[in-house]
Amino acid sequence: MTRSLVNIVQDPSALGLVLGGDTALYAIVRLSLVVSLSAAALAALIALPLGAYFALVQFPGRGFVIVVLNAFMGLPPVVVGLAAYLLLSRSGPLGFLGLLFTPRAMILAQALLVIPIIAALTRQTIEDLWLEYRDELTAMRVGPLPRIATLIWDARFSLVTVLLAGFGRAAAEVGTVMIVGGNIDGFTRTMTTAIALETSKGDLALAMGLGIVLVALIIVVNAVAWSIRRAGELRAG
Amino acid sequence: MRAPASELPILFEEVCVAARDMRILSDVTLALGAGAPTVLIGPNGAGKTTLLRLAMGLAAPSAGRVTWGGRDRTDGRRLGMVSQRPVMLRRSTFANVTYALATAGIAWGRRSERARQLLAQASLSNQAGRPARRLSGGEQQRLALARALARDPEVLCLDEPTASLDPANTKAVEEIVLAVAARGIKVVMATHDLGQARRLAGDVVLLVGGRIREHAPAQQFFSSPATPEAAAFVRGDLVI
Repeated sequence: MTRSLVNIVQDPSALGLVLGGDTALYAIVRLSLVVSLSAAALAALIALPLGAYFALVQFPGRGFVIVVLNAFMGLPPVVVGLAAYLLLSRSGPLGFLGLLFTPRAMILAQALLVIPIIAALTRQTIEDLWLEYRDELTAMRVGPLPRIATLIWDARFSLVTVLLAGFGRAAAEVGTVMIVGGNIDGFTRTMTTAIALETSKGDLALAMGLGIVLVALIIVVNAVAWSIRRAGELRAG
Repeated sequence: MRAPASELPILFEEVCVAARDMRILSDVTLALGAGAPTVLIGPNGAGKTTLLRLAMGLAAPSAGRVTWGGRDRTDGRRLGMVSQRPVMLRRSTFANVTYALATAGIAWGRRSERARQLLAQASLSNQAGRPARRLSGGEQQRLALARALARDPEVLCLDEPTASLDPANTKAVEEIVLAVAARGIKVVMATHDLGQARRLAGDVVLLVGGRIREHAPAQQFFSSPATPEAAAFVRGDLVI
C-alpha cells in the first residue's frame, strides 16, 4: 500500500498531464467548474433570501423547519441524486424538459444539494446580525424587504464563507452528478466522477492529475474569496 | 403636497407597561410638547428607555394610551432615536448616513449633499470614508446623531447618549443636541448625569420604579424639588 502510494506521487505522468495542458483533462476541469459554480450560484439565488426569511419571519412550525433545514445540510449526495433522477427521468414530473444526463441536470442536482447548506448557514448568520441591528433598523422604520437586503449586504463577508461552503460541497461531491449526469465521456464527465472512474480502471496518473487540479482549484477559489473578504473588511469595517 | 401631520404633542395617558408579571411603567401620564429639551432622569430600571421606546412607537403599552398629535398611531417618519450604544452598519461613515437618508425617503440625487451637511454638523467630515465601526465611541455617537437627523425629525429621542463618553466627547454631543433643539426639534433625553440635565433640560421628569415622581421645569426642579425623591436626587444622594 505504502509502496504504491509512493510510486503514484513520484509518477511524473500525473504532473505532466496537469502542466502539459492535456486537452481531455482540461475539458473535464472546465465542465466541473461550470457545473459547480453554476450550481452554487443558482443555490445562492434561492438560499440566501430563504435563509434570511427564516431568520427574520416568525411563523408556526418555524422551529421544525429550522431543524429540518439544518439536518438537510448532511443530505447524502446519492439520495439527492436519486431524487433529482426521479424528478428528471422521462416518467418524472420534469421529464418533459429532457435534462437527464446533461450538464444542466447536474447543475440542478448539485443546487438541490447545496441549497440547505447555504440556507441554514445564512439563517444563522442573518439571525445573529438581526439581534444586533434590530433596534436600529426598527427605529429607522426599515420595511421587511429592505431589511432582508440590508442584512444580507452587511453580512456579506460572512456570507462569502457560506457560499464557499456551498461551492466546496458541490465541487467535491460525486454521487449526485454520477446519477443524473451519467459520467458520459466528453459531455458530463466531471473531475470527481472521472477520478472515481479512472481509479477503478487503474489509470492512476489521470486520477492523480485530476485530484491535484481539484485540490488546487479549491485552494485558489478559497484564496480569492478570502482576499476579497479581507479587502472588504478593511474598507467597510 | 400636504405637509406631514405633527407628531406633537406626544401624550401618555395612564400608561402601564408590564412584562412577565413585572411592572416596568405604572400610571404614567405625561405630555411631551414642543419646546426646550425634556430630560428623563432616574436610576437604572426606572423605565426611562421604555418611555422613550413608547414615544418612538417602538413598543405598545399594556394599559393606557399613547397619542402623537392626537393620533393613536405614528408612522415614525419624523421621529429619530439614538441609543446608548448605537449600532454602526458595516459600511463607511458616509454610507451610514446615506443609508439613513434612503430609509427616510430622500431622493437618490440629494443624498450625497445632505450626507455631507449632516457629517459636517457632527464634525465628522474628515471621517467620511472610514469604516463606521472603526470610529471612536464619541465619533460613533455623533454619527448616530447624524443618522437620526437624516430623518429630519420633529422629535429626537436620546437614550443616555453620553453614558460612556469622556467630557470632551460629551461636550461635542451636547453642542449638537443644543443646536438641534435651537432649530425647533423636540429633544427627549434620558440621562443619569445630573450636571447634563442642568445644562440641557427645559423640563425634567424624574422616574423611579416605573412611576413619575416629579415633572417640573428644570429651574424649579433643581431649586425647589417638590418630592423627597427629587430632593435626594438633586442633593446627589443615591436614589434606588
